[in-house]
Amino acid sequence: MKVNIEKHQNEKEILVSITGEIDAYTAPKLREELLPLTEGKNKVITVNLKDVSYMDSTGLGVFVGLFKQLNKNDGELKLVELSGTLKRLFKITGLSNIMNITEDGGR
Amino acid sequence: MKHVMDYIEMKIPAKPEYVGVIRLTISGIASTMGYTYEQIEDIKIAVSEACTNAVQHAYPEEEGGEVIVGFGIYEDKLETMVADSGQSFNFLQKKAELGPYTESSTVDQLAEGGLGLYLIETLMDEVRVSNTSGVSVFMVKYLGEERENHDKATSDRETN
Repeated sequence: MKVNIEKHQNEKEILVSITGEIDAYTAPKLREELLPLTEGKNKVITVNLKDVSYMDSTGLGVFVGLFKQLNKNDGELKLVELSGTLKRLFKITGLSNIMNITEDGGR
Repeated sequence: MKHVMDYIEMKIPAKPEYVGVIRLTISGIASTMGYTYEQIEDIKIAVSEACTNAVQHAYPEEEGGEVIVGFGIYEDKLETMVADSGQSFNFLQKKAELGPYTESSTVDQLAEGGLGLYLIETLMDEVRVSNTSGVSVFMVKYLGEERENHDKATSDRETN
């Protein structure tokens, strides 16, 4: 069980695609790879979660951290293509009211 | 009360890489019992959260330890116990010792941690925790939706 992270950057934003499971084992790797991307002003990061087969509170913690960091620097975090299960996780924790989350590709 | 039909116990090293092994196991058990896809996802998350708590908080990093996970398989429900004392336990005796867990902690929704127990409470039908000799989290998920705490959800759906 592992997680794979792909990053692409264009003028407008950084696109991140995550594949695999996000739990206590893989979350530290994810945090390590994603947090440095928030450095600098006005960064926009779009994270595609289409291929995330499992996620729990440790994963939510990573995205909350990312969200807070980006907000501090006038940036933006978008989470796109969430599965029904993932969407529900953000909903029951109240995070979907706070964060920018969409089922589609977000554009 | 119905008796346990079958009981399965696993002991894993208190390391995050083994939480996924418990998830695979519980997924298999719940699927055999006939839970829906969504219920299986709920159980997987709740049990993983309990294991993660145990793995991250039970032992000093250098020492390590073990986490015991017991699955009580009934006709109408699945009971799961996650204990970090490192001691094998008598499932029924341990269960009898546990008090009700009622106090739901205030969830600071922007805290980067601490959502684990909230998720366990939300996703399972009954949750009890014990702090005697390590931490044990005992949780129940019923098959079907005829339980008391589902009444509201069910009536909401009916009125729609």
